[in-house]
Formats: sequence, structure tokens, C-alpha cells
Amino acid sequence: MKRTMGVFGCLIASLALMACTQPSLELISSDSLVYCSESPPDGFNPQLNTDSTTADVSSHQIYSRLIDFESKSGKVIPALASSWSVSDDGLTYTFQLRKDIEFHNTAYFTPTRTFNADDVLFSFNRWRLENHPFHYVSGGRYPYFQSLQLADYIRAINKINKYRIEIILKQRDSSFLANLASDFSVILSAEYAQQLLQNESLENIDHLPVGTGPFMYQNYKKGDVIYLKKHDKYWQNTAQVSHLIYDITPQSALRLAKLATGECDVMSLPSQSELDVVREKPNLILEQSSALNVGYWAFNVTKPPFDNPKVRKALSLAIDKNALLDTVYLGNATRAKTLVPPASWAFDVDADDIKFNPVLARKMLDDEGIKPGFSMTIWAHPLVRDYNPNAYKMAELIKQYLAAVDVSAKIVSTEWNTFRSQLSEGLHDSVLIGWSADNGDPDNFFRPLLTCDAIPSGTNRAKWCYPEYDELVYKALQTDDMAQRKLIYQQINALLHDQLPLVPIAHSLTYQAYRDDIQGLTVNPFGAIRFGGVSKTR
Amino acid sequence: MIVIFLRYGFLFVVTVFVLILLSFIIAHVFPGELLTNLSGIIPTSMVDNTRLETEWSINSSTIEQFFNYCKLLIQGDWGVSLVSGNALLDEMKRTIPATVELSFYAAFIALSLGIPLGCIAGVKAYTKVDFSINGLSIIQNSLPVFWLGLAFILIFCFSLNIFPLSGRLSVLFNVPQVTGFIFVDILLTDGINKAAAFQNAFVHLVLPSIAVGLISAANITRLIRRSVIDVLNQPYIRAAKSRGLAFNTIFFNHVLRNALLPILPLAGIQITTLITNAMIIESLFSWPGIGSFLLDAIYQQDYSAIRVGMLVVSVVVISLTIFVDLINRIIDPRKSSLPDVSI
Repeated sequence: MKRTMGVFGCLIASLALMACTQPSLELISSDSLVYCSESPPDGFNPQLNTDSTTADVSSHQIYSRLIDFESKSGKVIPALASSWSVSDDGLTYTFQLRKDIEFHNTAYFTPTRTFNADDVLFSFNRWRLENHPFHYVSGGRYPYFQSLQLADYIRAINKINKYRIEIILKQRDSSFLANLASDFSVILSAEYAQQLLQNESLENIDHLPVGTGPFMYQNYKKGDVIYLKKHDKYWQNTAQVSHLIYDITPQSALRLAKLATGECDVMSLPSQSELDVVREKPNLILEQSSALNVGYWAFNVTKPPFDNPKVRKALSLAIDKNALLDTVYLGNATRAKTLVPPASWAFDVDADDIKFNPVLARKMLDDEGIKPGFSMTIWAHPLVRDYNPNAYKMAELIKQYLAAVDVSAKIVSTEWNTFRSQLSEGLHDSVLIGWSADNGDPDNFFRPLLTCDAIPSGTNRAKWCYPEYDELVYKALQTDDMAQRKLIYQQINALLHDQLPLVPIAHSLTYQAYRDDIQGLTVNPFGAIRFGGVSKTR
Repeated sequence: MIVIFLRYGFLFVVTVFVLILLSFIIAHVFPGELLTNLSGIIPTSMVDNTRLETEWSINSSTIEQFFNYCKLLIQGDWGVSLVSGNALLDEMKRTIPATVELSFYAAFIALSLGIPLGCIAGVKAYTKVDFSINGLSIIQNSLPVFWLGLAFILIFCFSLNIFPLSGRLSVLFNVPQVTGFIFVDILLTDGINKAAAFQNAFVHLVLPSIAVGLISAANITRLIRRSVIDVLNQPYIRAAKSRGLAFNTIFFNHVLRNALLPILPLAGIQITTLITNAMIIESLFSWPGIGSFLLDAIYQQDYSAIRVGMLVVSVVVISLTIFVDLINRIIDPRKSSLPDVSI
């Protein structure tokens, strides 16, 4: 018996020893960074998608842009373009491109030349020109550009010489530079595209990506892990890890657990209820920043009775936003009055807000002929998002508020990709969703969310098309004078308060959690995460 | 002997047929379009729709539909997942080996703990040793497997931080899936530190397989103990003792063999328990097996995946049960005379 116990003891001790001492693993992990992300990306090209998961994996890792946002100040800084100038009439933008910038040398593509004007022309013409050979590849939808109608704004893009291009606009657009610096205006390789044309495997451009960013694509186990490795000839000489691994972990509790045990170095989107756990752990760092986002409740105005502004107003009066803020965001958000958050220069302190008044709500519904017992659906997006950490819970609360005014609500929540495609088809009555700005310009809230052009591209979830609104939004782009623009945005806010195609609910704070041996990671309030220049202390 | 094989073969075929029929009925009973439930595709155009309808014989009679369904299953066209769009056959190839691997190591632990402990308890029946082993096994048996798994995670992953929390291998090792069995796949991969990868895969395996194995070990311990006590009371043991044989000889030559034989069919039933527990543990440890796959499918209302996953799990369980029963039949001479077949 004693002997048996002894054998067991030895066995357990040796197991524990084996687990503890993995020197080779430590060596490998000191040169790799594991990021626990929240869902699988749609592909590896952010031009095709405004989903932040796709942008997180590709925008700043695999690709570069002509210009970038400085992550602290939000100023536009040079990237692939070393300098640029704008003509006096505001219509012609000239970009001087950097020389000797190398594309990724991967298993499927060996570049023979460095970056030049052809690559810029190829990348922009792909989404701009319908007769471009790559325009209809992978669906032919470019939601970000289409929602802004950027293609129609641009008269021409000309190559002046190998390292100089000019973009001529049809009309002034004060947000144009901001759009070029957004996550979606990435530069692809024209040479790679040529190779794909010859091999007749055009779709590969979005699945086997080639760019100029700090990391290059290695392989992807679908829905599971993405492997990127260091681009040795990256044009910005920064210290960074050799391997960047995306461990796709949909449950936020598991992401946090992995972060705590060290299986991940950085986690995406800690949920609001877990923030205290991160704060308590001494070896974890929680960074917060006031983000440019808005969570809202949009009505599908193509479906009666939601086409009636008074019905929308009545429903919005029925819900108590403060209670939603306390319960869903646990106080880590500010109440939204308009689309634009306080962090933006266009924030309007004096904008009107909707006051909780269920009695008035019921009365208005009666006036509009909505009988007690009217039934509607509330679609709740299934993922954790900055702008709404728990849409399902919010939907349940709203359901209770609506029940108080005799409106019965049914909550719909399906898997994210299905959810989005069905949303685009317009099957919803109302939806709880939100928007994180892609650049610092307030136009990035007004134009993609509610203009007529944003309906086909799928970012206008209310499917609301109101000419007067569009006119004001475009008018604001005609001037560079901030004060004047701010005045126009105030008019827009008043109009939205009247029409209420959507009810703004909250502007939340953005969080990022990582382990304390990670150096150089900053919160990027203007879009996707950046791993270039991030390193690990050994 | 041939008759036995034929009988079991027939039993297997009939059972699988019934299971396929059930899975077919499930597709009809699930909410939503029948075509989508079967194929896992929401047709986006009329062309798509017509093509899928022909493929799955949606417009024919239900009987024809069913036989077409069987044909597609045999051809390996099991439809795709409604959510991820991956072919379900590939998903099964990915998840089943993971579960088999976990169950195999768990069964190994269960047997290597259960048999010796059961024998010790049986031989030393009604002593302190027996009471403590039996007591422990009853305590162990009353712990739900998910609780044990969570306790392991809390103690070994969070507090002591000596075992990893999730998966089969650290993501740091870029091992492509070939066979689905992690140790084989590591062997087949070039350009990684194989020793480190093996060690890492091993430490990933420890907690989940012990959690599953302990539960079954507790059951096996009690079964063996009972059986050993029974055998020890048999007259032929008394005869052996009176002949003055050494205890070791009696134990290994007479007791062990006779004690193991009657519990073999019961051990067959343990396989089902073991796989069920493995499926629960999988979702705790994010083990990429059929258990987590089915659970995800249920959360996401992925009907085509639920249908195929359930069919495959039940076929695996049924085949194992029939297989164990067959083995049992072959090695136990007393049973071969019995006329009827039973599961």
C-alpha cells in the first residue's frame, strides 16, 4: 500500500514538474504575442467590410494607408505618403509617396518591385470604378466607401509620376483626408493582383492578403486561430514581436480567463461586468479612453407603423435611458442625446434630449391608432461591442418598458453573420446596434448612419431616407470652417430629435486589457487595434 | 462464430438505420425551412434554391426524400453548418478525433486507477483500507463532472497556474490539422520544436482526462470490488487456499480472471458515461471536440449541425457498445450458447 502511494506521489510530482518547467515554451512565447479576439473575421480586406473584427486583424497589421491618425491627438500624419498638399479651391489633393517600401514576401507571392503609385491607383480604383477587374470580386460591396458615396465624390485619380499622385474631387469635402486615414482605405499590391489575374484566382486577394504592414499573413485555421508573422522589411523600423497570433475566443469570460492565466497577452473587449476583475489583478493592465461611438435603437422606417415619426417618438418616450445605462453599461458610459459623443468637437451641449414619459407615450400611441397589444420585434446584436456590451439584456429591459405601455416585443438574436445579412434584408422592426467612428470627423457619424446612400451599403439600419437631412449633411462638408460646420450639425440634431429614426442611447468608454509585460500598446480611439511596434519584455 | 458476427452486424445496421431515420425526422421537426435544416444553406437565389431542391429531393415524396438522404450521407455530403458554412463532414473529421483522444486517455486513467483500487478494496474487504477506498469512490461518484472540472480549473489553472486552461495545444505552436489526433499531427508538422509541442500537448491533456477518468474510475472501483468479494467467497477459492497456494498465485490465476469477466458488459455501459462526461468537460476546457461543437450548435440554433452531430455521436456510442458486447461474447464461453442478442 505504501509503495502504491509512493508511486502515485512520484507520478503527480513529476506531472507538476513537467507542467512548470517548459523553458522552450517560454522562449517561444517571449517572441510571440497572442491576442484573444472576439469573433472570426469575414476576410482579410477591410475595404469590403465595416465590421471591426475584420479591421482588427487586417487594417493596421497587414496593410498601411497613405496617411494615418496619430493615436493620441487624432491629427492626420504621414504614412505611405510622406507629404501632401491641398489646392486652394479644396478640390485637388496631391500626395508624395515614400520610396523603397517593400511588400510582404509570402508563400504565395514574391514581390519584384517596391510600392509605387500604381498600387495606390489599384487600391482606390477597385472600390471606385465599377469596370475595374477586381470591383466585383468578393461581392463587390464596399460598405464604408459606398455609405459615404466617396466614389461619386472623386472626379479622377491621376498618376503624376511613379511616386506622386493627385486626387481631384467634384466638390469640397472637408472630411476627405480623414476618410483616407480610416481603417478601410488600405493599400493593396497591384503586382499581386496582376499575378492573381494570370492565375485566375481573383478571390485570393481578400483571403491570402499582401500588404506593406508590420505583419504578414501566415495561415488561418478557420474560426479558430490566425497566424501572422513579422514583416522584416517593414518601412517603419520599430521593435516588435516575431509572431502575432489571434486566438479567436467568442466567450468574453474565457478571454479574461486566458488573459489571467497568461494564455493570451491582450484581450479584446472585456465586458463591463469584468472590468473590476481586471483592475484587481496586479499583473493586468486596463486602459480606458473616451471612444468615438454611439449605441442606439433604430426603427426600420420602411415598415409601418414605424414610418410615422410620432410612433417612433412615442416608443422612445417609453424607455428610461438612465436605467439602461446603469444596467447594461454599469455606469461606464455617458447618456447619448445625439449621434456625436462629447469627445468630438461637434458635440452639442445644448441639444434636446428625450425624457422618459410612459403616460405620454401611451397617449401618443393611442392618437396614432396603435392599439394596446401591438406587437413588434427588437433585434439585439449577439456580440459584445464597445457601444453596446450586452444588447440582449438591453432588449429585455426595453421589452419591459414597452410592456408598460401595452406594446409587446419579441427579441431576435442570431449568430452575427446571419444577423447582419438578415438586417440588411430589412427583416427587423427595430434593432439595438451601434457605431464606432472610423475617423475623428463628426461626419463619420452623420453620413454612414442615416443618409439615403447608406441604405444599400447596409450601415443605415433605420433605412431612413430624408432629403432635408442629406442636404444638411452634405452642406456641412462644403466648408472647412469648424464654427460653421458646428452650426449645421446643430440643425441636424434638431431635425433628428424631431424625426427620431433612431434613439441614441449611450456613448461608452472603450477598454483594453493586457498583461504588464506588453510594451507599446495604445488604445486607438479612431478604429482598429494596432500591433506594430508592440513588444514584450523578456 | 460467423453467426455471432452476422447477428451483431445485422444489429448494427438496423440500429444505424433507425438513427438515420430519427435524424431525418429531426430535420422535419426543427423550426424553419426543411431544405435549410437539411442542407444548412439559406438559398439566396432561385437558381440556388432549385439546385438544392434537386440535390435533396425536396419535392419528391417523403420516402424518396429519405432514401435520397441516406444516399447523400453515404456519399459524404452531409450538408454544411448553418452558421459557419463549413462542410459538416469536415467538422466531424475535426471534432471526433479530439473527443476520441480525450475519451481514450480518460478510459486509460479510469482503468489504471479503477482496477488496482477495486482489487485492493475487494481483497481487504471490510477493513479500514476498503472503507477508505470505497468511501472515496462514493464521494467521487457523487461529484458532478462539471463541478470537478471547474474545481480543477480554479485550483490548478488559476491558483497554482501549473496547467493550461483551454484547448489541446498552445496556439504558439502552428500545427495544421491532418489526422485530428494532436500527437500524430505534431509528428507530421515541420518547423516546430516537437519536444516542446509534445510536452505542451501532454500538459493540456492532463486536467480534462483526469476529470473524466476519475468519475469512471470510481464506478469501476466499486464494480471490481463487488466482483472480487463475490469471487473470493466461491468454493474453488477456498479449495485453492486449502491446497496451500500462495496468495499471489490464487489472486492472479483465479480471482482476477473470474472477477473481471462479469464486469466486462458493465464496463461497456461505462463507455457511454465516459463519452457523455467527456463532452461536458470539453466545453469547460474549450477542447475542440464534438461536445463543444454540439453545445455551440445548440446555442446558435445551427440545426443542420445539431442533426449531424447527434447522428454521429449516437452512431459512435452504439458502435462502441455493440463492439464491447461482441468482444464480451467472444471471450466469455458461457454466453455463446445463449440464443438471443442483447445490447
